Amino acid sequence: MLDFPRWKIWLISLTILLGLAFAIPTFLPERVFNQLPRAMQTRVNLGLDLSGGSHLLLEASTADIAKMRLVNMEEQVRTELRRGDSKIPIGDISSQNGKLSFMVRNAAQVDAAVERIRPLTQGAGMTGQRDFNVEVVDSSTIVLTPTEAGIDNAVNQAMDVAKEVIDRRINELGTREPTIIRQGTNRIVVQVPGLQDPGALKNLLGQTAKLEFKLVDTTADPTEVAQGRAPVGSEILPYPGNPSGIPVIAVKRQVMVSGDELTDATQGFDTQNGNQAVVNIRFNGAGGRKFGRVTTENVNRPFAIILDGKVLSAPNINEPILGGSAQISGNFTVESANQLGIALRSGKLPVALKVIEERTVGPQLGADSIRAGIIASCIAALGVILFMLVSYGRFGMYANIAVVINIFVILGVMGLLNATLTLPGIAGFVLTIGTAVDANVLIYERIREERRRGRSVMQSVEFGYKEASRTIFEANVTHAIAGGIMLVLGSGPVKGFAIVLLIGIATSVFTAVTFTRMIVVNWLRRTRPTEITI
Amino acid sequence: MRLLKLVPDNTNIGFVAVRKIAFALTVLLTILAVAAVGARGLNLGVDFVGGLMMEAKFDSPPPLDRVRKDIDRLNVGDVSLQQFGDPRTVSIRLPLPESSDEGATNALVAKVQGAIKAEYPGVSFSRYDAVSGKVSDELIWNGILAVMLAVVGIAIFSWFRYEWQFGVSTFVAIMHDVLMTLGFFAITQLEFDLNIVAAVLTIIGYSINDKMVIDDRIRENMRKYRKMDMKALIDLSVNETLPRTVMTSLTVTLALGALLIFGGHVLRGFSAAMLLGIVVGTYSSVYVSSSLLISLGLKPQILDRKATGLAAEGERVTARAPVDGARP
Repeated sequence: MLDFPRWKIWLISLTILLGLAFAIPTFLPERVFNQLPRAMQTRVNLGLDLSGGSHLLLEASTADIAKMRLVNMEEQVRTELRRGDSKIPIGDISSQNGKLSFMVRNAAQVDAAVERIRPLTQGAGMTGQRDFNVEVVDSSTIVLTPTEAGIDNAVNQAMDVAKEVIDRRINELGTREPTIIRQGTNRIVVQVPGLQDPGALKNLLGQTAKLEFKLVDTTADPTEVAQGRAPVGSEILPYPGNPSGIPVIAVKRQVMVSGDELTDATQGFDTQNGNQAVVNIRFNGAGGRKFGRVTTENVNRPFAIILDGKVLSAPNINEPILGGSAQISGNFTVESANQLGIALRSGKLPVALKVIEERTVGPQLGADSIRAGIIASCIAALGVILFMLVSYGRFGMYANIAVVINIFVILGVMGLLNATLTLPGIAGFVLTIGTAVDANVLIYERIREERRRGRSVMQSVEFGYKEASRTIFEANVTHAIAGGIMLVLGSGPVKGFAIVLLIGIATSVFTAVTFTRMIVVNWLRRTRPTEITI
Repeated sequence: MRLLKLVPDNTNIGFVAVRKIAFALTVLLTILAVAAVGARGLNLGVDFVGGLMMEAKFDSPPPLDRVRKDIDRLNVGDVSLQQFGDPRTVSIRLPLPESSDEGATNALVAKVQGAIKAEYPGVSFSRYDAVSGKVSDELIWNGILAVMLAVVGIAIFSWFRYEWQFGVSTFVAIMHDVLMTLGFFAITQLEFDLNIVAAVLTIIGYSINDKMVIDDRIRENMRKYRKMDMKALIDLSVNETLPRTVMTSLTVTLALGALLIFGGHVLRGFSAAMLLGIVVGTYSSVYVSSSLLISLGLKPQILDRKATGLAAEGERVTARAPVDGARP
């Protein structure tokens, strides 16, 4: 017992020093912190409930993604079979029950059609998995069924793109240090510290920002259109601001130019039209040429500017627009034009996202919480320290040193892991202060017992540590089970609590058992007392 | 210097003797708790039922009836108001708007905040949560799953580690602790939110900690005093660990008391739940779980069957026998 190898002392001291060193940066002001070497920039992050800010949980509908893939597939099939000299006429196209089916008019061409479609259904990855299964039903109908792997892959890709787009949009807003992470298969968590009014952010993320230019079908019969029936090759789209009063309009299915071909979009004013807020857009080379060609061919006809499936406006083409830039008008305020500009610049979302959870904490409440948490922690620590001191004297003091070191080591480990401290995390801290001394209480009570049984000081201390260590280990394993479950299943605040609890369990065993044993042994070796007050 | 000793040396309290009363009391309290949950229900927060929660801080304590009328006039659905720790802070809960449009929630928040601001100019809104039904269903399910997994996982651990009797007695005692906590929330109608699930899990962790220490001592004594009557042995073990049980409960209570009083209103429910849990957990450790071992038929001889696995520890204990033998 009394021989405590030197290397062990060094190791313990080194561990504690490292823990302390990693804890310190958390307390440094921003300016000093930034000058530290990279390895020392370990800091405990504050959760949104402490720093104030907004938390949004966005969800994409996988059904939407699957539906969109079918629409795209339909488009691809049409183009493919219409291409080249040997056109294959098809009809009866339907995309019901999540499958795409169509009839090949000439039964003799079915095999040829399958041959031409097959390359379209190949997965993009190297897995060799198909995105769609192709089968022929009733010898003339071709059915494309999306595979599970294909859908999963599509959802995954869509979410990756969505995350990037969100990232760009939020950065455009100029907020600092947003956290954007994917969660599960079809969710994205967005956390923006310091953001007070998430309304603008929500509006921005709520826009898919799919911009399309299509020609208006002027041949359509207005009464048919009002009833929602479109001529062949056209479709009916909602047009809330239609000057004619009917909130719908018929447009050609074919897309003239789309928002994918934009290089820039900014808010501006329409000087000719009473300084209305508009969005100025600029096309890239190919887009500009396409736009120029279509506008040249369709002078004096109207075209529709469509955003997320709704027509914003349908201006007349007065002259060919060749410069590659254009103006989008449509009842904007300066703010909404600005938001659309940002959304267009950052690209369209591959899928619409819905906010399914939203939490906002004001900075004042966050600051209050931190202050209350610190006061509570200090009072808790003080109470426990006093209590231990009057109960165990010198040994109580050792336990107290261990508790204080433990607090810093927890912070150090959290900094090292870049963990986030939440309000329940502070509660975890306070609780850890209370339970950390439990190990010492176990040991000291055992030493008292052994002394009462008539063992010598040395033997009692040795037995106390040895016997209690087993109990401490077992008790902490079960405690850690509870903590581990919280970490895995808990969300947000519960997770923050679990992190502190788990780190606290690990570090408290070290400080309360190993560290105090070192000091106790050191003291015993120096003074060799025959009687101890405990 | 004379040190503080809360529990005198060598206590000999007959915990096992009163076990029938303790069991009866425990069963009664548990039934009451379950009945309270059944009758009054839990005041589930938006985390678990979905909806919109706003926290408003007024200049001076507002007349709740008037605030309610002000909001009712907006025709935004069933509003529920609750004072939040101090009388100036009020939580306002509303159902989420039917429309799935992104702007709808924003508009609702703006409408309610505007109306209240017009009546009480000094008011400030410090946070708001909007949780959709889908998310709240997941959260409630995850919470139940987490608690069940924790209880079962720990019971299985102590079953493998010791005897099945330990597993069962621990399971029973922890279920009691959890149900009592739920009963407390049903009676006080404090808001039951995500943080409280964390509190319940912590109570489980703490309570199990307590029981492990006593169980561990029982096991040690079973090996030490093979001929001792089980009742006496359990009493001895509980008495031997009593100073530690009291000391630790007190230090944790101290820490939690500080949190309850000074930790701010957001953590108040959490701290209250934890404090109650410590009291209940300590009670069930001392009076219920250990005494239950007798009713479950735990006998010292049981260890003999497992002796091979514990040979190494057994040797150590034998070596100590002369010293220990002097005691009882």
